[in-house]
Amino acid sequence: MANATNVQPMTEPAIKARPAPERQMRVVIVGHVDHGKSTLVGRLFHDTGQLPEGKLEAIEEMCRRRGMPFEWAFLMDSLKAERDQGITIDTSQIWFRHDAREYVLIDAPGHREFIRNMVTGASNADAALLMIDADQGVRRQSRHHMYLLQLLGVREVAVAVNKMDLVDYDEARFRGVEAEYRAYLQGIGITPREIIPISAREGDNVAAASEKMPWYTGPSILETLPKFRHPASADEQPLRMPLQDIYKFDERRILAGRIESGALQIGDELLFSPSNRTARVETIESWNTDGPVTRAAAGESIGITLDEQIFVERGEIISHEADAPVESDVFHARLFWLADKPLEIGTSCELKIGPSRVDATVEKIERVIDIDALSDHDATSVARDEIADVIIRTSRLIAFDDHDTLPRTGRVVFVDRHLTLGGGVLSLGNYPDQRQLVTVRGTNLTEVDHRVEPEQRSARNRHKPGVLWFTGLSGAGKSTLAMALEQRLFDKGYQVYVLDGDNVRTGLNANLGFSPEDRAENIRRVGEVAALLADAGMIVITAFISPYRTDRDRAREAAGSAFHEVFIDADVATCESRDPKGLYKRARAGDIKEFTGISAPYEAPADPELSVDTTGRTIEACLDELVAYVSDNFRKTD
Amino acid sequence: MDRLDVLESRSVYILREAYARARPLAMLWSIGKDSNVVLWLARKAFFGRVPFPVVQLDTGMELDEVYAYRDRYAKEWDLDLVVIDCPPESEMDPSLPPMTRSAARKSAGLANLLADGAYKGILVGIRRDEEATRAKERVFSPRATDGSWEFRDQPAEFWDQFTTDTPENAHLRIHPLLHWTEIDVWRYTQRENIPVNPLYFAQDGKRYRSLGEKNITAPVDSDAATIDEIIEELEITKTPERAGRLMDNEAEDSFERLRTSGYM
Repeated sequence: MANATNVQPMTEPAIKARPAPERQMRVVIVGHVDHGKSTLVGRLFHDTGQLPEGKLEAIEEMCRRRGMPFEWAFLMDSLKAERDQGITIDTSQIWFRHDAREYVLIDAPGHREFIRNMVTGASNADAALLMIDADQGVRRQSRHHMYLLQLLGVREVAVAVNKMDLVDYDEARFRGVEAEYRAYLQGIGITPREIIPISAREGDNVAAASEKMPWYTGPSILETLPKFRHPASADEQPLRMPLQDIYKFDERRILAGRIESGALQIGDELLFSPSNRTARVETIESWNTDGPVTRAAAGESIGITLDEQIFVERGEIISHEADAPVESDVFHARLFWLADKPLEIGTSCELKIGPSRVDATVEKIERVIDIDALSDHDATSVARDEIADVIIRTSRLIAFDDHDTLPRTGRVVFVDRHLTLGGGVLSLGNYPDQRQLVTVRGTNLTEVDHRVEPEQRSARNRHKPGVLWFTGLSGAGKSTLAMALEQRLFDKGYQVYVLDGDNVRTGLNANLGFSPEDRAENIRRVGEVAALLADAGMIVITAFISPYRTDRDRAREAAGSAFHEVFIDADVATCESRDPKGLYKRARAGDIKEFTGISAPYEAPADPELSVDTTGRTIEACLDELVAYVSDNFRKTD
Repeated sequence: MDRLDVLESRSVYILREAYARARPLAMLWSIGKDSNVVLWLARKAFFGRVPFPVVQLDTGMELDEVYAYRDRYAKEWDLDLVVIDCPPESEMDPSLPPMTRSAARKSAGLANLLADGAYKGILVGIRRDEEATRAKERVFSPRATDGSWEFRDQPAEFWDQFTTDTPENAHLRIHPLLHWTEIDVWRYTQRENIPVNPLYFAQDGKRYRSLGEKNITAPVDSDAATIDEIIEELEITKTPERAGRLMDNEAEDSFERLRTSGYM
């Protein structure tokens, strides 16, 4: 053995660097418990002559000691606890070489208890092999696992219909299972590479074609593996690099992160979301590379310096200005729930989206998805292992992407301190992208002070200024009450003015349509105008459905303490029976899409300053209530 | 990106997550080929430096060449080296088989390092393909203060979102090399020109494939005298990597018992 204690580094360059081997193909094996996943892996290893030396003998010895027949599955189930229980309790991985490509076979447990381990094993997989027992047929877990895989982003799929030996290699049996499962896969948007009849225990169609199933002419498992493909490079997609950290080890201020999609190069103007700051790439930093780096693309973990020292934080998403991620504090998530404690409306947790974290609340459970029938049903809670569509509200604006467009920046993990509760994929749905609403385009702005003080204005008007923000369903009575209140207050000597929905759309907001973004901008402008009029000393009454809490909160922010949220409350049935503009009728007929209360949500105020229930009450009675509120809160007594 | 680029990028991501979320952070340096690669990856992640202490759990039984490597590169790479003396074998669980007992000294040394909650995160250069129980590891693996591992009740880990918060009195084992294979380590060592301990190269028909304490580690038969020859050997071998680690084979569950009670 070596006796030199003087360590010599490898200085002479390697003779010639060997060509980099092909990337690993990571294949997760899933399916119902006892459908033969681990057996298949054992068999594959044996039939391709890749069992480690002594392993076969070790398993034989182990089985002999336990007084049981030889069990292929022990190759993977190598923890003692598992061998005793006979089920795989956690994901295990095993390396396998075939045809110059290396495979990592990820054994995922089929027992219902252990979905979170399956999710762990499957989330890094490039492809999936789903096992179905030919004798037992398609079972709940056969569907559940595949649905989860689809959510996790695995698209390359093959199906093995196992234990054909137990059904006498019967073609009709196989065709039945094949047809049933193919239809299910189609329902969730997956086209399998192959559906293969096998017997893992006997080795039929595992490494070689089966003589017992001459009716099957397709490929074996081993011939199917090379058909799996890695996802196409994400270089051509829009740039997304979540900011992971900022290092200041020396004079350089390096922003570190991994490019999840797209590419960047020196000189690019970058946009940081949600801070909405911009700066240019000055350098791409690296260590021990062959010369300076000028460009980096999807998949690379890099560091950059900027031309300007802007304040940005871990968790922001870096993009180009064109094709930026969306920003919102309310959005849809399709989630899989892993926690014992069910998810309920109002459940608070933390969301992790890339390196970013934000407090969140479940605002609504839209539906729980029935994995078997692929149908929906209403629910007030989501139990462990269920999949559901929910609406999430976060405590601040976050940046993300629609999962269907850019999956890597369109998914979140739900956590409660050290507990992982579940995962979900995001979409904005009908909620507006709020980026434009919060972007301040002007630079070098300096506000100047008025010479007239607010107190002078209210002294002259003999009342305090403010915004009475009426919100409620169409037909609840907002416009009617707003105009009547304006008249009453005016008669009493108040400086008062109503901003009403259709009125501002002919002028101030004539250039806005009815997209989610335009609706949000409509409300933003009304909020700003109301705040200006209040600043001028007036009482402003606004009459807009303003269904989204986020929009109303922004209006509140504009007007500050002068803002009074007034919930004009009436249930949908009452509003529909009034239907002053005939809109409900048209919405029911499908002429108006996304009609609040019918086909689009109304988010009632959580804590309004005043709530006026108009159901079954006269206009006069409601008006008296409003006038009293104004007298109490706005009249100057001196 | 080729295969090594993909592996490197993910490891760098993991190291940066650890540095951002699991401080105070330290790294265990066994001075073998794997933890040498982790050190190298740390220098990649942090642009030439290793911004946390590098801890050797010293049993005093390492091979001479291992100490020589440590002393030389701790200096050359400007490492914040911390050497922890492991408690003697006489203090170990007497029910363990003899060589496993010897290996348990490192778990005890690590428990001492972590005793007063000195570190939240400990980087360890283990790989899934080394050994079956390691195949079940998470990248971020929460441990009780005594180091014990609840492999039955591990948190879900997906989409590169790691468990970075820990309950009171727990710490995180962080495994940046978990997804690498033995051959990957050698290919990367070759590509990056990472200094190699000469014990890995064959002399007189034997080489060390895995470095452990001299009383419980044996060289294996080999003629591989260069990295290329090592890679060629590994491409066809059916002998497990830890074949020379004598404690693994003392009893069916030796290594599993070591690991559930805190071994790396």
